[in-house]
This record gives sequence, C-alpha cells and structure tokens, in this order.
Amino acid sequence: MSHPASTSRYFVPEPSPWPLVGSIALLLLASGAVLMMNSIANGGFVLIGGFAVLAIMLFGWFGRVIGESEGQRYNLQVDRSFRLAMAWFIFSEVMFFVAFFGALFYIRVVAIPDLASPEQAALWEGFRNVWPSAGPAAKDPFTQMHAWGIPAINTLLLLSSGVTVTWAHWGLVANKRQQLIIGLMLTILLGALFLTLQVYEYREAYSHLNLKMTTGVYGSTFFMLTGFHGFHVTLGVTMLTVILVRAMKGHFTAERHFAFEGVAWYWHFVDVVWLGLFVVIYWL
Amino acid sequence: MAGCSYKNGYANRLRPGFTGLLTAGLLALLSGAANAAWELNLQEPVTAVARRVYHLHSLLLWVIVVIFIGVFAVVAYSIVVHRKSRGHRAASFHDNTTVELAWTIVPTLILIAIAFPATSALVDMRDTSRPDLTIKVTGYQWKWGYEYLTGDAAGVKYMSVLSTPREQIENKAPKGEHYLLEVDRPLVVPVGKKVRILTTANDVIHNWSVPAFAVKTDAVPGFLRDTWFRAEKEGTYRGQCSELCGKDHGFMPVVVEVVSEEKYAAWAAEQKQELAAAAEDPNKVWTLDELVARGEKVYTANCAACHQATGAGLPPVFPALDGSKIAKGPKQGHLGIVINGKTGTAMAAFGAQLSDTDIAAVVTYERNAWTNKLGDVIQPAEVKALRGK
Amino acid sequence: MQATSHAGYAGNHDHDSHGHPTGWKRWVTTTNHKDIGTMYLWFSFAMFLVGGAMSLILRAELFAPGLQYVSPEFYNQMLTLHALIMVFGAIMPAFVGFANWMIPMMIGASDMAFARMNNWSFWLLPPAAILLSASIFVPGGAPGTGWTLYPPLSIQMGMGMDMAIFAVHILGMSSIMGSINIVTTILNLRTPGMTLMKMPLFCWTWLVTAFLLIASMPILAGAVTMLLTDRHFGTSFFSAAGGGDPVLFQHIFWFFGHPEVYIIALPAFGVVSHVIPAFSRKPLFGYASMVYAIAAIGLISFFVWAHHMYVTGIPLTGQLYFMYATMLIAVPTGVKVFNWVTTMWRGSLSFETPMLFALGFLVLFTIGGLTGLVLAMTAVDIQLQDTYYVVAHFHYVMVAGALFSAYAGLYFWLPKWTGHMYNEGLGKLHFWLSMIFFNIAFFPQHFLGLAGMPRRIPDYAQQFADFNVISSIGAFGFGFSQLLVLVVVIQAVKGGAKAPSRPWDGAHGLEWTVPSPAPYHTFEDPPVFNQAEAHG
Ligand code: HEA
Ligand code: HEA
Ligand code: HEC
Ligand code: CUA
Ligand SMILES: [Cu+2]
Repeated sequence: MSHPASTSRYFVPEPSPWPLVGSIALLLLASGAVLMMNSIANGGFVLIGGFAVLAIMLFGWFGRVIGESEGQRYNLQVDRSFRLAMAWFIFSEVMFFVAFFGALFYIRVVAIPDLASPEQAALWEGFRNVWPSAGPAAKDPFTQMHAWGIPAINTLLLLSSGVTVTWAHWGLVANKRQQLIIGLMLTILLGALFLTLQVYEYREAYSHLNLKMTTGVYGSTFFMLTGFHGFHVTLGVTMLTVILVRAMKGHFTAERHFAFEGVAWYWHFVDVVWLGLFVVIYWL
Repeated sequence: MAGCSYKNGYANRLRPGFTGLLTAGLLALLSGAANAAWELNLQEPVTAVARRVYHLHSLLLWVIVVIFIGVFAVVAYSIVVHRKSRGHRAASFHDNTTVELAWTIVPTLILIAIAFPATSALVDMRDTSRPDLTIKVTGYQWKWGYEYLTGDAAGVKYMSVLSTPREQIENKAPKGEHYLLEVDRPLVVPVGKKVRILTTANDVIHNWSVPAFAVKTDAVPGFLRDTWFRAEKEGTYRGQCSELCGKDHGFMPVVVEVVSEEKYAAWAAEQKQELAAAAEDPNKVWTLDELVARGEKVYTANCAACHQATGAGLPPVFPALDGSKIAKGPKQGHLGIVINGKTGTAMAAFGAQLSDTDIAAVVTYERNAWTNKLGDVIQPAEVKALRGK
Repeated sequence: MQATSHAGYAGNHDHDSHGHPTGWKRWVTTTNHKDIGTMYLWFSFAMFLVGGAMSLILRAELFAPGLQYVSPEFYNQMLTLHALIMVFGAIMPAFVGFANWMIPMMIGASDMAFARMNNWSFWLLPPAAILLSASIFVPGGAPGTGWTLYPPLSIQMGMGMDMAIFAVHILGMSSIMGSINIVTTILNLRTPGMTLMKMPLFCWTWLVTAFLLIASMPILAGAVTMLLTDRHFGTSFFSAAGGGDPVLFQHIFWFFGHPEVYIIALPAFGVVSHVIPAFSRKPLFGYASMVYAIAAIGLISFFVWAHHMYVTGIPLTGQLYFMYATMLIAVPTGVKVFNWVTTMWRGSLSFETPMLFALGFLVLFTIGGLTGLVLAMTAVDIQLQDTYYVVAHFHYVMVAGALFSAYAGLYFWLPKWTGHMYNEGLGKLHFWLSMIFFNIAFFPQHFLGLAGMPRRIPDYAQQFADFNVISSIGAFGFGFSQLLVLVVVIQAVKGGAKAPSRPWDGAHGLEWTVPSPAPYHTFEDPPVFNQAEAHG
C-alpha cells in the first residue's frame, strides 16, 4: 500500500454527530452518578443509560476513525499529529497519577509525622508516626498488604506483558502476522490475569485483612491508587482487544500502524505506573 | 444614599461626586498618608510586629507606585508625542540586548532588596517561643471557644458568640456602633505580655484574625497551629473569622480586650470563682422546668443558628427539630446525634463542647418545646452513661 | 459572530465533495475551526452575562450593611458559581475561541489537527454548564464553598457539590482535549518556513498555556476525585482523624490553581502582543525575550502555589521559599510589560478601540500585578489574606487584564470574522465606560481590604459601608456597559462598512492575507510564508 503522503492534503473530517452524542453520554453518566450517590431513585437507570450512549458513541466514532485510517485518508502529517497527541495525552494521565502519588507522599512525609508530633499531642495523645497508619482516631486494627505476595506476581505479569507487546510489535514490523497476533493475545491474557489477581487481592483485603477504603489514609491511598491504576489496566486491555481484532482483520502495515503503537505506549505507561505503585504502596 | 440608614460617625463620610472621591483616594494612596477617617490604610498597629508589617507595606507601596509612575510616564509620553495624528512616523527598531538585559536585572535587584525586610519581619512573626500566656482558640460553626492553658486564668474556658441582635442584621433596628464586631464574652489578655494563641477547629476551617495585631492564623480541624502577639496598648481590638466556614462565616467576630495586669488578675480570679461555683453535682436530679429553662439558653447559644429559634430549621440542609422523627423518637437516638453529631454534615458532635448537664437540658428542651410536647425529662447521669458509646 | 461569512462561503466553497449540513445541524456536527471558535465565543459571552448577573447579586447585597436581598447560604452559592462560571465558563472558553479562530489562520493550517475532537471539546461545555447551574435547584443548593472548594466545608455540602465535582471533571476533559489539539496543531501544522521563532506570539502564548492546562487540569481532577470519595466512600484524605489533612487539598488545589491564573493571563498577553504593534505601526519589540518570558512564567507558575496558603500554618521555611519564588515571577512579567511599552515608543500610534482596550489592559494589569507583588510578601499577606485587597488584586488581573484583552482581540479581529467594520463610536464608548466603571467598582476594594474587610461575607461592619456603596455602583455601571458589546457585535454581523482584508494598516500575519470575512476553509494548501508577515 502506498501513501501519497507529502502531496495529499491534511485530512479534515466531515461533520459528525459523535461529539454531541459523547457529551450527552457524559451528562447522563454524571447525573446518574450524582443521583446514585445521594440515594435518589432511578439514578442507576440514568447511569446505565449513560454507559449505553457512551458505548454507542465509542463504536460509532472509532468505527469512523478506523474506516478513515483503512481508507488511507491519513497522510504522514496526520500520523505525526496522532503521535504527538498520544504523547501529550499520556502526559496528562501521568499528571493525574501525580495528584494521587502526591497525596500519598504528603500524607506520609507531612501529615502523619505532623499529627504524631509533640505539638499536636494535646489533640491526639499517643498517636505514633508509623506507616501504615489509619490515623489517630483509628479503632480496629488492620493488616497491611505485603509486597512479596500477589503484588510481586502482578509486577512480573505486567513486566512480561511489556515484553510480549514489544514482541508483537517486532512481528508487525517484520510482517510476521502470526507473531503479532500471538503477542497481542499473550499481552491481553497477562493483563486479564493481572486484573483477576487484583480483584482477588481486594476481596482478601476486605474479608481477611480488615483493610477497606474506610481504613484511614492507608486504606484511602491504597485503594485510590491501585484502583485508579486497575481502571487504566482495564482500559488498556480493552484497547489491546480492539487492536487484536483489527490485526486479525488484517489491518496495519509494517510501516503505518499508529493505532498499534499508541496502544503499546499506553500499555507501557500503565506498566511504569505500576512499578511506581509497587515501590511506594507495597514495598516502602 | 438609600442604604445608609444608620446614624453614627461614618454617615457623614459619604459625599456625592465619585470622581472627586476616587481622585482623593488615589492621591491619599500615592502620598502614603494614613487618613484615618477614610480608612485608606492598614489599621493602626498595636504590636511591634504589626508596626513592622505596616512599615513594610508602606515601603512596598512606595516601590510599586514609583515603578508604576516610571513605566506609565514613558507610555504617556509616547501617547502624546508619538501619535499618528500628529504625523509621527514609526521607527523600526525591534531588539536591543542591552536594555533587555537591564530591565531583567534591575527589577531582580529591586526584588532582592525588598526581600530583606520582608524576610526579617516574617521571621519575627513566626517566633512563638517563650510566651507569658497560652490560650487555645477553637473555631466552631459559628463561634469561638477560648481556653486559657497557662497563667492566672489557667482552666478558664468559654464560648464567644456574636452579640449583635438579629433585628439589626435584618434592618429592623438601627445598627449599633460595633455592628457585627461585638461578642458576648471577649477574649481578655493582659497588656505587654507575650500571648501565644493555639488555634484549632471543631468542624471546618476557620481563621482567627485581629488586624491590629497582624495576627491571622487558620484554625484547622484536627491540627493545632500557633501565633502570638504582645499588645502594647489597652483597649478593645476587633477582627473577624477570615476563612469561609459556611452560612454564618460573616457573623463570627473576634474581640480581644487588652487590660492592665491588675485588671487581668482580678478578672482571672473572678472567672475561677465562677468556675468553682458553677461546678455542678453530676448526680443532681433536675426538674423538668429547670432543665427546659436552662435548655432554652443552651439552645439559643448553640443550636438556633442552624435549627432556628422556632425549631423549624432551614430545610433541606438544616432539618426542623419541631416534629422531627429523631427529636420525638427514643431518647437514645436524640442524645446520640447531639453527642456524636453526624459526620459529613454540619451537625457537630456537641459532646465535646457541652457538659452533661447542658446536653441533658438542651435535649429536654427540644423534646418539650414547640409542638414536641413529649413531657419527658433527661438527667445528666443519662448523658454520662451514653457518652463514648 | 460568523453568520454573514456563512453566506460568504456558501457560494464560493461548495467545491467540497460532501455537502455541509445547514441550520442547527451545522453547529452541532461541525468540524470547522471557525464555526467552533464562534460557538466558543458566543458560549463564553452568555456565561459572562450569567456569571456577571451573579456578581451583581453579590454587589446588590453588599450595597449596604445588613442582610437585604439574599440569605447568607445563597450568597455563598452565588459567590461560588460566579467564580466557577467566570473562570471556566467565560474567560477560558473566550480564549479557546480565539485560539480556534486564529491559530489555524495564523500558522497557515487548513484546520485544527483534530477537527472532530475539537467539536467535542466545545460540546462538553454545555453539559458542565448545565450541571453547575442546575445545582442551584437541587436540595441543599449549589456548593457554598467558594470556588476553592476547601474541605471539610465541601464535605458538608449537599448534592450540588457532587454536580460541581462532575462539572469540573467534564471541564477538565474539555480543556485537556482542546489543549492537545492546540499543541498538536501548533507543532505539526505550521506552514513551511514558519519556524517556531517566527510564529505569531499568540500561538506561543497558547502553546505554553496548553502545556499548563495539560499538566494542571488532571491535578484538579485528582483533587476533586478525592473530595468525592471522602464525601461518599468513607476515605479520609482530608480528615485528620483518619490521618489525612484538610490542608492537603489546598496544596493540590493551588498546584492547579496558580498555573490556572496564568492559563487565563497568557493568551491575554498573546492578544495584546498583536494589538499593540499593529496600532503602533512598529514590530513587536523583543520577540525572542517575549518568548522566553512566556516560557519562564509558565515554568515558574508550578513552583509558587503556596502563596495562597501563607496563613494555613505551613512552616517558616516554606513561607520563605514560596515568597521568593513568587517574587521571581514579577521579572518575566516585567519583561513583557517593558517590551510592550517599548513597542509603542517612537511608533506611530493611533487609538482605535482594540488599542484602547490593549492600553487599558496594560495600565490595569500592571496595577493588579503590582498588588500581587504586595501580596507575595508573606508578612504583608498575613494582613491582607482573605480580605477585599485580594479581591481587588485578582479582578484587576482577570477582568481588566484578561477580559479587557479579550475585548481588544474581539474588536481587532471582528472585521476579519464578519467582513464588516464595527461601529467605532460605540466601541470607544464601551471602552471608556468599562474603564471608568471598572475602577469605580474595584479600586475602592483595595482600601476595604487594607482596613480589614474580609471577603466572602454577605454583611459587614459599618466602617466599610462607604466604599462598598461606591463599589456596588461601579459594578452595576460596569455590568450594564457590557451590554454595549452585544450591540456592536450584532451590528457588525448584520452589516456595516465592508472590511478590507487588512483593515488595520499596521497589522501583520497570514490571517490578514485572506479576504474578510475569512473564507470557510482558509488554507487548504499551505500558504507561502515570507518575512513580511513574520512576527519576530
Ligand atoms: C490572571 C490572573 C492572575 C495573575 C496574572 C496574577 C498574578 C500575580 N499574582 Fe495573583 N491571584 C489571582 C489571579 C492572578 N494573579 C487570583 C484569582 C487570586 C485569588 C484566588 C482566590 O483566593 O480566590 C490571586 C491571589 C494571589 C495571591 C494570594 C493572596 C491571598 O489569598 O492572600 C498572591 C500572593 O502572593 C498573588 C500574587 C501574584 C503575583 C506576584 C502575580 C504576578 O504574576 C504579577 C506580576 C506582574 C507585575 C509585578 C507587574 C508588571 C511588572 C513590572 C512593571 C516590572 C517591575 C516590577 C517589579 C520589579 C516589582 N496572587
Ligand atoms: C475571570 C473571572 C472573573 C470575572 C470576569 C469577574 C467579574 C466580576 N466580579 Fe468576580 N470573582 C472572581 C472572578 C471573576 N469575577 C473570582 C475567582 C472570585 C472569588 C470567588 C471566591 O471567593 O470563591 C470573585 C469574587 C467576586 C467578589 C467577592 C465576593 C466576596 O468575596 O464576597 C465580588 C464582589 O464585588 C465580585 C464582583 C465582580 C464583578 C462586579 C464583576 C464584573 O466584572 C462583572 C461584569 C459583568 C456583568 C455584570 C454582566 C452584565 C450583564 C447584565 C447586566 C445583564 C444580565 C442579563 C442576563 C443574564 C440575561 N467578584
Ligand atoms: C452548624 C449547624 C448546626 C448546629 C449549630 C446544630 N445542628 Fe443539629 N443538625 C444540623 C444538620 C445539618 C443536621 C442534619 C444531619 C443529617 O443530615 O442527618 C442536624 C440534625 C440534628 C438532629 C436530628 C434531626 C433530624 O430529624 O434529623 C438533632 C436532634 C439536632 N441536630 C440537634 C441539635 C442540637 C441539640 C444542637 C445544639 C446543641 C444542634 N443540633 C446544633 C446542623 C446543626
Ligand atoms: Cu468561621 Cu469563617
Ligand atoms: Cu497564585
């Protein structure tokens, strides 16, 4: 397939209803969530409606993009745009995690030591500066999540999935479609395994370790960071699945496969964040 | 001036002619003069720290005014002389490394020069060591709690609530001289002593502030912060809560009375006596009438801000107690919410603020006031038994 | 602001194979940067009126001591919504509107890099606006926390708070997508020969602004997410009893919030950097140092956040560090001010409405910046924090800064957008009324703040009465003067003197090489870029 790259015009899509549909979906999702959180009737239905509209939008919109891509309407300049955009998007995601990592850092380095300092003893007598901590008003004890069980296995899983996705990429570049597809499948499998173990870990935490969202700041930061990361893994697995389906349909060429690369970057990003989590949440 | 129905010294300050006013204001500001009647500057300082801040501000004002005049003198010259309508032809220069370096370096030097006085004033402000007297200040929605930790009055503890009558706020009565800046019981401190203030809060963040002392410190729930002052002049000094804390944020003033050492000692002795006299026999059995009478006072001071004197509340945020399921339900539930509050709402745990007797009284009152004529009596001993559950 | 150019393109540009929808469908489905820019601008103006009407409620209540018209709860709700709507609904979308209209034209691109996503960035705004304004009507009302949403007060709020939180999430998505689009467009779609250092300054300011947005909006999203879980899922990020800290929220909020104020200021700088040279008939002085200053401001703005938190009890060393860092920002900002002044020096000045607004910006922004410097001094700020001095400071930089600059840009580019000259007399009247009433409204607030009047209160002690009367009168005068601009714009859309392709003889840039109104599709093939239209 040849691309009349530098000569063709920059692709400007025709008018599209999908953005508006997406906005409606988000309005429904937000309203539904607000209603549910405040225990008002029918919130659940609104929320489900929002998800449905969102799904329609995603299918419609991405279908369109895939069609445009396969119809060779993207020249090299468009390809460069995609790369730039993906890089900036990942940067914004990094900053999202920075907020939560920053909170954890602040709590461990500033808040807990401060609460346990002699100056605050008049308010919180006997509170000591140890981590993990559920705060000075904590009542029932809990057990911390240890690094060298499931979390270590999960680290291995994610690291190897980084390898498999790269292996798949080599396959794509070398035009070995078999290797591409198997590599992707392995990556998805490893991701799914990771998620399964995480669900198991959460159940363990709730049922045996008395470690919950409500377990002071340790519970708060633990579930917020790992949960937000788990959500990203889920997104990543979904995107990998889309790429797998497209690969099986014969999409992508050895030279032009931004969609694959974008997802691979995203997957590596999720991977790197996990390493950070592993070190600061489980290990230290 | 339709809105200025009050009669006091300020009324004659407003004269028509806003341009004149603005020019006057500008001139006064430019000359750096403190024209007290116009309140154009910081309040008159009564501590050494406040005086330093005052002078630091004056210095800064001069610096920025000079910079402003310098920059806009050039602009004004251009506007007048380099006009197209006067036939001025545009030059075409667009770079000059020397001047560009100059106007990077010169401002930097100015800033470095300012940084010295700014730093030393701040270091002074934060030095809370070796106080003569320590007082803990707790912010509540919407009143201040004072507790003397050391000194003559150690152990004295009371609430300080806005004393401006409702009618004045609702424009049904002429406003008094210290409208919104007056309380039932001010903080009393001796003149010339280093007073260390420890702040904290019970519900949301408040801020304890007295401009004349250059004191302003957040009261953060769950944390203690500190600040200090050494007032040099006897008198009454007023400030306001300076962190948005909900509905009545504008109605929780700070009033500090600075008195001579003798007066302070006398005041402290009196307070301690009252404290001893007020110490109640926890096992005393109260009658319904006694409890309701006392409860009404407690209610007005602590609960009426939200639940209103009529018990009608301000639904949907502040529920009515008149006819409320909880207030007419079992005693335990009613006592429970008053003692422990409800997290995530404005309903605070009053167990920490009120004595057993006060809680017994206020709950008895609520169960017998308005249409809640339940007729039951709650004794302090029952409150004690429920605490910590 | 584009209705006539609609007619303009309809005949000439139907060579597109696909027919464009017309009527409401055109606006809802459009992928055209000019349509989207127009929608942004109208939306922002509508929000400005709504947020302005709210500020008039505040000013009416503050006209005299005592409670007049609204309850304290409602006052707090109006205060919160006024700020959120003005910042996120009015000023930011206004400059995104400018970016949409102008950046592709300035750099010779056919459209934005992602034209469809661009449409979504816009259409995310109405749901957010709906959530925010609907919160007034739900049980408990809108959040009454101030725009800073500090816990634990925000934990106490009713469901209106949740709506505001989700509105912030959606606004964040919109800003991030919009910014990614702008960065990509600027980095990838410049016409051949336009190097970064030859690019119009407005594009530079937006490049840095977009970076600030991409880096700081997710931080805000993270902060409000933690607020949400503290409210509903029992986490204790911001509660000491659980080991958290309410001040943590403030750190995160201001880590976003301070860059946010430069997100508002930088594009304003960009607009002014086009207007002043045009009406001085002289190239912008110190292009390169302008670029470095923008970059420096962007960078430093991430390291000064705690100057909003001097009284929260952060350690002395922290206060000192943040004081020095904050003072440092005055240097690059000063460079910009001096560059503008020198651009005018020995120029050939004329004073059409855009130039008047740019000069108004210059004077009043400098006042606001200089009072910012006063606030930066921790010891002084401890006296002024949470008083009307701060309110005066930020309205000088945001209303007389950002808003005046937006007006300068509006009058500057209106001929290009509509194809007609606006009514110069009305424009000048709009400027003078705005300039006079703005100062009547906000200058006295400095005195109020110095005398110790706290902000965010619905009622005040009597010694503050006089200046509040003046301020309220000024606010109403200023507010109603803003309706003039509506008249001017509608007139220009409807008709008026035909605008030439370069209505301002001193203006340079690719946008002035195309006819007025600008054709629906401007540069389908990259235009030739030569030194005559270059900025640097
Ligand atoms: C457009 C928005 C904008 C801009 C550009 C600025 C610019 C600045 N701001 Fe402002 N600020 C706000 C919006 C903005 N601010 C808002 C919204 C708040 C309140 C938020 C809230 O609490 O709700 C606030 C609050 C605020 C505070 C906290 C006050 C408090 O709550 O106690 C401080 C303190 O340091 C501060 C400082 C500064 C400084 C130093 C600058 C500097 O960038 C200014 C630099 C400019 C100049 C200095 C003038 C030009 C320079 C020269 C002519 C050169 C020569 C000068 C010297 C050598 C001095 N600002
Ligand atoms: C860019 C942002 C921006 C803008 C443009 C403005 C514009 C204005 N602001 Fe505001 N303001 C903020 C950002 C902004 N503000 C912020 C961040 C706060 C802090 C909030 C907090 O503490 O949390 C604040 C707080 C604030 C206060 C402090 C309240 C308090 O602390 O208690 C006041 C009081 O005077 C005020 C006044 C005004 C006025 C008079 C205008 C005027 O410029 C507005 C002029 C415009 C109009 C008046 C509209 C005109 C329209 C009509 C007259 C017709 C109406 C018709 C219809 C709706 C159809 N603002
Ligand atoms: C700062 C505001 C505030 C103050 C002061 C306050 N309350 Fe409340 N109160 C509330 C709120 C808000 C609720 C609703 C809590 C909820 O959502 O369940 C409440 C609920 C209650 C209820 C339960 C009513 C019901 O039917 O749900 C009782 C009883 C009560 N308060 C008693 C008191 C007493 C007694 C005092 C004073 C000693 C007091 N309150 C002071 C805000 C306040
Ligand atoms: Cu207490 Cu404001
Ligand atoms: Cu700031």
